Amino acid sequence: MTNEAKTNDSIQKSDDGPRVITYRQALNETLRTELLRDENVYLIGEEIGVFEGSYKITAGLLKEFGPKRVVDTPIAEEGFVGAAIGSAMLGLRPVVEIMTINFSLIAIDQIVNHAAKMHAMFGGQVNVPMVIRTPGGGGQQLAATHSQNLEVWYAHIPGLKVVAPSTPADAKALLTAAIRDDDPVIFLENLGLYNLKGEVPDGEQVAEIGKAAVVKPGTDLTLISYSRGMVTALEVAKQFESEGVSIEVVDLRSLRPLDRDTVCASVRKTSRAVIFEDDLLTYGIGAEISATIGEGAFDFLDAPVRRVAAAEVPLPYAKPLELAAIPDAADLIKVIREVLDATRFER
Amino acid sequence: MADKTRSTKVKAQSLPGNESAEVLRGYYEQMALVRAFELRASEMYARAKIGGYCHLNLGEEATVIGLVAALEARDYLYVSYRDHGYALARGMQPGAVMAELFGKSTGVSGGRGGSMHMFDMDLRMLGGYGIVGGQIPPATGAALAVSYRSEAGPDSEAVMCLLGDGTTNIGAFHESLNLAGLWNLPIVYVIMNNKLGMGTPVALAAAEPDLYQRGWSYRIEGERVDGDDPIAVRDAARKALEIARVQRRPRILEATSFRLRGHSVVDPARYRSKEDNEAARSADPVPLFRGRLIDSGVIDSAQADEIDAKAEARVTEAVAFADDSPDPKVENLFDYTYATAVANASTALPGDPVVTLS
Repeated sequence: MTNEAKTNDSIQKSDDGPRVITYRQALNETLRTELLRDENVYLIGEEIGVFEGSYKITAGLLKEFGPKRVVDTPIAEEGFVGAAIGSAMLGLRPVVEIMTINFSLIAIDQIVNHAAKMHAMFGGQVNVPMVIRTPGGGGQQLAATHSQNLEVWYAHIPGLKVVAPSTPADAKALLTAAIRDDDPVIFLENLGLYNLKGEVPDGEQVAEIGKAAVVKPGTDLTLISYSRGMVTALEVAKQFESEGVSIEVVDLRSLRPLDRDTVCASVRKTSRAVIFEDDLLTYGIGAEISATIGEGAFDFLDAPVRRVAAAEVPLPYAKPLELAAIPDAADLIKVIREVLDATRFER
Repeated sequence: MADKTRSTKVKAQSLPGNESAEVLRGYYEQMALVRAFELRASEMYARAKIGGYCHLNLGEEATVIGLVAALEARDYLYVSYRDHGYALARGMQPGAVMAELFGKSTGVSGGRGGSMHMFDMDLRMLGGYGIVGGQIPPATGAALAVSYRSEAGPDSEAVMCLLGDGTTNIGAFHESLNLAGLWNLPIVYVIMNNKLGMGTPVALAAAEPDLYQRGWSYRIEGERVDGDDPIAVRDAARKALEIARVQRRPRILEATSFRLRGHSVVDPARYRSKEDNEAARSADPVPLFRGRLIDSGVIDSAQADEIDAKAEARVTEAVAFADDSPDPKVENLFDYTYATAVANASTALPGDPVVTLS
């Protein structure tokens, strides 16, 4: 079961400079732009047409483009993800919506054993230019099976590209890049980001996949995050600013390939590193970042790298238990203070 | 439950009078080539020239040739992991197929795929697939692309998707049939029923052992054909492809034959009874078709011997080509990980540093 999104986005129309729109609107507009630009682009997934998407990302697109370009599927993730792969082999550019990342497990053979492998396994003779858009994230009382952050499963696989935009502007620029890319791209969204507002530049914006970004410069500690975690990371960094602690915030943006150099360059400057992630601690994204810092910035570290990640439990339904298991600003603040105190940081 | 497809009777196959001798002779040449190639592949595996898994088309030659004869050059073919014969029949050079088995750079997939992953974009054979049934959703999507881009009609492209009897039990098969039925896709699903999924008989694996009937809940019609008769297979496949092209309706075709050896080269098939083995031998499509051509005067036995010898010679050449071909270069290891170059893609070998900052 899924919960239907409530949409009350206000669209600010202006041709002058960046507009402030939601993450949802940025995705919707980008899909529309790419459908208009290239007739090989089509959308496919469950409830994306008549129902306009479980989270209304595809609102209005069936009406505008018709059922050939916006394909409603039966509930058959393995079937329709695999069908998207086959159509991509013949040169179409499917943008698949999987209702939540939890359901991608039903299609994982097609994603991992097929989409990711074909170009290499067939000696470069065929490309699979497809995007799989799918939201992860807990915190909505959807219980254990509907609240997971499984991006690391895909980030583990060569042949896939995995991007995780945290802002409306990046949602536009990374989705544009993903659709125009000739490889399968897992495009990670998050239920907690769809209503996030931000400035989005007008005109064509194409991000470079594989690059992280220093979104807030700082000198005392590097805070690394991605996707929804970035919202909390930036809030906490601002809070510390008022205490005289300058935190540099790195948005990973791409989980595969991973921009290790940007992370290590930042930590070499600040000598302290904390990773904030929504996924599980053990074997998580943070584990890979931590190992990277251990290899690329060991001599510069003043304290052990710390990770703030989800508790290792099938996420319960009851709100107090759910809140306790998901990492939040208070957890992050506590860990940052511990790292600062361990290095006798003067405030 | 009795397996109705099982028969130990020796088949009597006559030739239709309207076939040209040249075409019939051509079919036998191809069957002989597949037979010789597979026997040699088995030998090369035993000599450790071939690694990994190696599944042979021995016993399936008539189906291989019949199906590929029904395809037009514009059609797309998806195959399971038992794919060598289809690669040869579709037009891949025996040397390049053998080189793929040997893991050489001149192989059809550059030595990156091996036995289960024969691929040629130009010939529109879009892969052998190692995962059981992995090819079925992509093949269905290829048919979606055909219908996305073109109108129905006798000149339309169509897709043929091969799968084994055991594969009719997996979810991807049923999800794909539903999509193809719902969306009226131009695809023919061909079930190669050799009566055994590895070692499990069809009747122990399928609640509906009449496999051509398995599409009914998706309103997909099916037909069973004698897979030991290349002409029967070709004609049934042509009819199914015609329906796919003109009516844009999917079809199922079940072709029955016997696997002459184990599931793969290393399987001695001890689970098979003496009767089963006798039945398989008596239905062997290669001598059967050879006999038909001789009996009907298309060729004489000296000419048949000549064809067999020529097939052997081509396979010997293929082995020499594969032997003489260079290995893929280690410096090209990462060449095909991505089609679009991407920043920060790892090219680290085991033990290399992962951070490149100086």
